[in-house]
Amino acid sequence: MLKPNKENPQRFTEGELVSEKSIKRRTFLSFFGFGIAGVAAYFGWSDLYHEPLETKGVTAGARQTLRGVLNANEQVFNKTLPAGHLAKTYPLSAAAKVPRVNGDIGLAGSDINNWIDVIISPGQTIKVTLEELKSLPKTEHVVDFRCVEGWDQIMHWGGVKFSDFIKHYQLDKQAAMEYVGLHTPDNKYYVGIDMASALHPQTLLCYELNGKPLSQDHGYPLRLIIPVKYGIKNLKRIGTLYFSNQRPPDYWAENGYDYYSGL
Amino acid sequence: MKRIINKHPLAIRWFHWINFPLLAIMIWSGLLIYWAYDPYAIKLFGVTAFKFFPEWFYHKLNIVHRLSEGMAFHFLFMWLFALNGLIYVLYTFISGEWRYLLPEKKSWREAWLVVLHDLHIRKSAPEQLKYNAAQRIAYTGIIIMGIGSLITGLSIYKPAQFNWLVFLCGGYHTARLIHFTLTIGYCLFFVLHILQVIIAGWNNFRAIVTGFEIKAEKPAKPQMPHAPITPIKDVKAK
Repeated sequence: MLKPNKENPQRFTEGELVSEKSIKRRTFLSFFGFGIAGVAAYFGWSDLYHEPLETKGVTAGARQTLRGVLNANEQVFNKTLPAGHLAKTYPLSAAAKVPRVNGDIGLAGSDINNWIDVIISPGQTIKVTLEELKSLPKTEHVVDFRCVEGWDQIMHWGGVKFSDFIKHYQLDKQAAMEYVGLHTPDNKYYVGIDMASALHPQTLLCYELNGKPLSQDHGYPLRLIIPVKYGIKNLKRIGTLYFSNQRPPDYWAENGYDYYSGL
Repeated sequence: MKRIINKHPLAIRWFHWINFPLLAIMIWSGLLIYWAYDPYAIKLFGVTAFKFFPEWFYHKLNIVHRLSEGMAFHFLFMWLFALNGLIYVLYTFISGEWRYLLPEKKSWREAWLVVLHDLHIRKSAPEQLKYNAAQRIAYTGIIIMGIGSLITGLSIYKPAQFNWLVFLCGGYHTARLIHFTLTIGYCLFFVLHILQVIIAGWNNFRAIVTGFEIKAEKPAKPQMPHAPITPIKDVKAK
């Protein structure tokens, strides 16, 4: 119904002469179509709303279609994220003096070591101690820590760049895989990170907050700090770190949240 | 025989009625997300006058503890909402409908007269074509609000990736606040819109479904086969 691209006042001032019958017919057809579309929309929505949840796998708890869209969105935004696109950093003075503590899943056990297990291949595990990591070049940054709930806090973290850790332990072959998996010593909290995000220059194996060793509730001895992901991916108290070509299990992705959770 | 005015092209009727449920779903799923961190309130002299939102509101609408669901719905329907809006804007430009929609120079002055007329303070309303001055401003404003929602939404959705957009919005917090405020704006728009539609009556409402309005019969004047010419002159005068 394209009209010539100029104002046509007669359309409103004069209108068009039509028969009563034609008006009745047009009104009926329009409302009929409107009704059909309305009913179709209602059933479409109802189908989506009452759709069964996905079968439990690495992800769970979301409606099938919605999970599909979350995964598709990952493809869209993952691909528009150029490697090395940095999260904004702030001056030291902007960092919170009293950093907020939010989650404590996986921190209840007394199972606190000062090393982490790094599984470099099935059956081959190396122990990486906190002391060893501290002897590697230290990276500090002040970044906005963003919670999936919506709040955020500017925090000052220190640790070893994940990519430096890979280099030092000559894990290039492992880093060619698609995912890194991490879990707490008690295995109650676990995350999977796509390799591009893990190797992102701001991703840290972090052992310091505000220049001091991590407290237990912030994840002593070592936690993940990954500013390009929501807080739910920033696992505290790393017990085991491993590599995989499949998505590693992920605590919140099993509870309806997006697996990628990228920012 | 009757005179009808072909008011809303079919495409615009579709855009309008598709947008309605999409926006409703966006607002609802947005509420599910907002619940998880709900710091906004209207404060007068340091006292909270209204909290967004009171507990009873969340419970009544079954908003509580549904963050992941809200995000999943929001991040599906955002595409449809954006797409429908985008095609609508494109359509208005290509079809020329924008000429009846965008505010003109005189709209800003006339809008007051329309408001006074609507409040029954002033008897006559300014001459209009498809929309009066207040409608031109409102229906253009709502599109700008929509664009605002997309921009602020994208910047809180991917703040690291679209850092520059966050900056443009005045920061992460401001972006979220604007995103929220725009949503409240849609709700207010909706209330006013419904009121106006009710007041305007059936003939007007029918047009957004059928496309046409039946032209009011003027007291018969034999020498009036053509409608007044004045609006055309107005147009040329500009």
